[in-house]
Amino acid sequence: MDMAVIELSRLQFALTALYHFLFVPLTLGLSFMLVIMESIYVITKRPIWRVITRFWGKLFGINFVLGVATGLTMEFEFGMNWAYYAHYVGDIFGAPLAIEGLMAFFLEATMVGVMFFGWDKLGRVQHLLVTFLVALGTNLSALWILIANGWMQNPVGATFNPDTMRMEVSNFGDVLFNPVAQAKFVHTVSAGYVCAATFVMGVSAYYLLRGKWTNVARRSMMVASAFGLAASLSVVVLGDESGYTLTDNQKMKLAAIEAMWKTEEAPAAITVFGLPDIQARTTHFAVEVPYVMGLIGTRSLTGKIDGIEDLVLRADSRIRSGVIAYDAVQKLKVNRNDVAARAVFEEHKRDIGYALLLKRYVSDPRQATNEQIMKAAADTIPNVPVLFFLFRIMAGIGFLFIAYFAAAFWCASACGFRRNWFLRLATFMLPLPWIAIEFGWMVAEIGRQPWSVDGVLPTFLGASSLTVPQVWATIIGFTALYGSLAVIEVRLMLASIRKGPVEHAPDEVAHEGPFAPLPAE
Amino acid sequence: MHMPLDYETLRLIWWVLLGVLLIGFALTDGYDLGVAALLPFVGRTDEERRLAINAVAPHWEGHQVWLILGGGAIFAAWPFVYAISFSGFYLAIFLVLASLILRPVAFKYRSKHTDAAWRNRWDWALFVGGLVPALVFGVAVGNAIEGAPFRLDSDLRMTYEGSLLGLFTPFTLVAGLLSVAMLALHGAGFLAVKIEEGPVLARARGIARVAALASIVLFILGGVMVAKGHMGMRLTGVVDTSGPSNPLMSASVSAPGAWLDNYGAHPWMWIAPVLGIAGSLMALAGISGRRGWLNFAGTSIATTGIISTVGLSMFPYILPSTIDPRSSLTVWNASSSHVTLFIMLVVTIIFLPIVLGYTAWVIKALSGRLTIKDVRTSPDFY
Repeated sequence: MDMAVIELSRLQFALTALYHFLFVPLTLGLSFMLVIMESIYVITKRPIWRVITRFWGKLFGINFVLGVATGLTMEFEFGMNWAYYAHYVGDIFGAPLAIEGLMAFFLEATMVGVMFFGWDKLGRVQHLLVTFLVALGTNLSALWILIANGWMQNPVGATFNPDTMRMEVSNFGDVLFNPVAQAKFVHTVSAGYVCAATFVMGVSAYYLLRGKWTNVARRSMMVASAFGLAASLSVVVLGDESGYTLTDNQKMKLAAIEAMWKTEEAPAAITVFGLPDIQARTTHFAVEVPYVMGLIGTRSLTGKIDGIEDLVLRADSRIRSGVIAYDAVQKLKVNRNDVAARAVFEEHKRDIGYALLLKRYVSDPRQATNEQIMKAAADTIPNVPVLFFLFRIMAGIGFLFIAYFAAAFWCASACGFRRNWFLRLATFMLPLPWIAIEFGWMVAEIGRQPWSVDGVLPTFLGASSLTVPQVWATIIGFTALYGSLAVIEVRLMLASIRKGPVEHAPDEVAHEGPFAPLPAE
Repeated sequence: MHMPLDYETLRLIWWVLLGVLLIGFALTDGYDLGVAALLPFVGRTDEERRLAINAVAPHWEGHQVWLILGGGAIFAAWPFVYAISFSGFYLAIFLVLASLILRPVAFKYRSKHTDAAWRNRWDWALFVGGLVPALVFGVAVGNAIEGAPFRLDSDLRMTYEGSLLGLFTPFTLVAGLLSVAMLALHGAGFLAVKIEEGPVLARARGIARVAALASIVLFILGGVMVAKGHMGMRLTGVVDTSGPSNPLMSASVSAPGAWLDNYGAHPWMWIAPVLGIAGSLMALAGISGRRGWLNFAGTSIATTGIISTVGLSMFPYILPSTIDPRSSLTVWNASSSHVTLFIMLVVTIIFLPIVLGYTAWVIKALSGRLTIKDVRTSPDFY
C-alpha cells in the first residue's frame, strides 16, 4: 500500500463529496418549497403564485443540474479510487446505491424535464403532481444514500465470508432500518430545508431592500419563514437524535466530539468550550455544564458515557481477538473444509476488522508485536480537536437558525418584513447553512476514522492500486473543472436573481395591480 | 432466508439484466450523446442548433440515470466487475466523467446568455460531452473483449498492470469508432422522428447514411478481428455455477478464437449479430424513404444487436484477465451473494416497470415534432 495514494484518494473524495453537497441541500429543500408555492397557485389560481413558482423553479434548475452532474462522480468514485472497499462491502453497500437509482433518481430526473418543459402541456393539477414527484424523488434519493452512509457508520446486518473474502448481507432488513441511517436521513433533509428557506429568505430580502418584485419577494418570505422555522427545529432536535444513537454504535465519535478523555461518573457534563490537547489527553480551559451530556447521550441520569481511554482499551482487546479470526481465515484459505478453523473463525469473526488495523504496521497481523497492537488501538482515536471545533460551529449555527426563523416568523406577522435590519440580516445569513452542512459532513466522516466502515474495514485498506501521478491527475482535473463550473454557476445564479422573474411574468399579471413594485418604505 | 430462485439462475438473470441496463442506456441516453456529438454538423445557425438541443433537452436527465443505475447495479450485483473495471480504466473513466459533467451544464447554461461566443463554447462542450463518452465506452468494451491486465491476490485485492495508452489498441479503436458510429446513427435516427423537415434534418440524414455504412463495416471488421486475433478464453476443470464468488476458485486458459464458441454451441445466438447489421440496413431504408420511424426503429435494433453480440460472444466471461487467466471474472465467480442478488431482483421487478411506465408517460406528455417556430417562441427552451 502506498500511503500517498490513500491520502490523495481521501482528499479527492472529500473534495468531490463536499462539492457535490453544495448543491444537494438546496435541491432537497427548494423542491418541497416549489410544491408548497405551486399548491397555493393551484388552490387560489392567482397568477402571482405561478410567477413565484416559476421564478424559484428557474433558480432550482441552475442548482439542480450541478447536483446531478457531480453526483455521477460519486457513483463512480467508489470503484475508481476505493476498489478494495467496493469489493469488500459491495454486497451490502452497492444495493442502496442501485435502489437509489431505480426508485428515486429515475423519478426526479425524468420528472424534472417535464417540470420545466411541461407548463403549457399539462393541466394545473397534473403539473403540481410532477413537481411533487420531483421533490419526492430528491428526498427518497437522500434516504437511500444515507442508508448507504449509515451502514458505514453502523454496519448492521452483515458478516464476513471467508470463502469470498468480503462482507455479505445477513439481514437486509437491519441494513434498511438501521437507526443511524434513519436519524441521519431526517437530520440531513431537515438541514436541506433550512438551507433552501434561508436561500429564499435571503434573495427575497435583497429584492425588498431594493424595492423590486416586492409582491413576489414578500410572499416567498412568508412561505420560507414558516418552512424554515419548522425545519430548523427539526434539524437541531433530530441532530440530537443522531447523537443519541451514537452511544450505541459510535461511542468513540461522541467521545471525540466532546473531547471526553476519561469515562465520567453519570450523568456526564457537556463541554461547551475548551482546548483539547491530544498529547496530554486532556482538555484545557474546559467550560462544562453538568448533567447535560449524560442526558443527551443516554436519556437518563444513570447511564454512563465511555471516555476515549476506555474505548482504546476495548479496541486493544478486540484487535487481539481479531488476530485469532485472521489466523483462522488464513487456514480456511488453504482448506475450506477445515472444521476447527471455521469454529474459531465463527467465534471471533466480529473482530476481524480490528486485526486489519495492524496492516498499517505489519503485513501479517499474526506477527504483530505488543507495541504494534497498542499503536493500532490508539489509531482508533479520530482527530479530537478538529471534531471538537467543527461540531461546535455546526451546532452553534443550528441554534442561531432557530432564533433567526423565530424572528422571521414574528416579523412576518408583526411587520410584514418591513424592517430593514431584518432584511439585511436575512442577506447576511445566506452562506451559513452551507457552512454548517459541510462541517456536519466533516464531523460525520472524520469522526469515523480510521475506519471507512466502522469496525469492519480501515480506510487505508480500501484504496485502489493506483499510482500517485494518476490520482494527482484526476485531483487537478476535478479541481479545474469543478472550480470553473462553480464560477459559472454562481455568476448565472446572480444574473438570474438580478434579472428577477421577468420572462415568466406575463402582461396580465403585471397589470393586475398589486404586482407593480410598492413604493420604498 | 429461503429464496425461491437458486444461485445459478439468479446469476444468469443478473447477467441478462446487466445487458438490459447497457442497452437501456444506449437506446435512451445513446441518442442524447449522438445528437450532442452531431450538433456542430447538423446545426449551422444558433436557431438550428437550439432545435437539435431542445429535441433532447427535456429527456437527457432521465436518460442519464440509466448510466447511474448501471454503475449502481454493477456495484450491487457484480462488485468485482465494478471494482476492477473502474479502478483499472481509471483515467479513461475520468475522461468520461469530465465530459459527462460538462454535458448537463452545457445543456442548461448554453442559452442563458445571448452572447454568440458564450454559446459557441458551450456547443463545443456539448460536442465533447457527446463524442468522448461514446468513444471511451466503445474502447472500454473493446478492452473487456480483449481482456485487461489485472491479477488478484489471495485477499482478492486487485492490481492492474496497464496504462491509459495501453487501452488503445487497433481492436479497441475499432470498437470505439463503432460505438461512435452507432450512437451518431441513433442520434440522427432520433432527430428524424423528433424535429420538423428542414435543413437540420436533411443534414442529419446525410450523416446517418455515412454512419450506418460505417457501423456495418466496423462491426464486421471487429468480428473478423475477434475471430482471427488472440482474444478468447475457456473455463477448465469442474465449473461450480453456484459456488462462492471467488475468481481464484475457478480456472481458465487463454484460447484464441474462443469468443466464437457460443455460436457453434447455440446457433440461435446468431440472431444478435444479424440484427446488428439488419438494423443499420433498416435505418438506411428509412433514411432513403424519409420514414422517420423506420429509421429510428432500425437504429434501435442495430444498437441492441451490437451490444447483445458482445455479451453473447463472451459468455460466461465478463472481464477476462490477460496476465493471470485465473483472475478472470465470469458470471459464475464475480457476483454478489445469493441474498443480495435476490433482493435486488425483487426491487428491480417492482420498480423497473414503474420507471418504464412514467418514462412513457413523459414522452407522451411532451410528444410532437419540434419546429424552429417553437424554438423562437417558448420561454422555457434552452
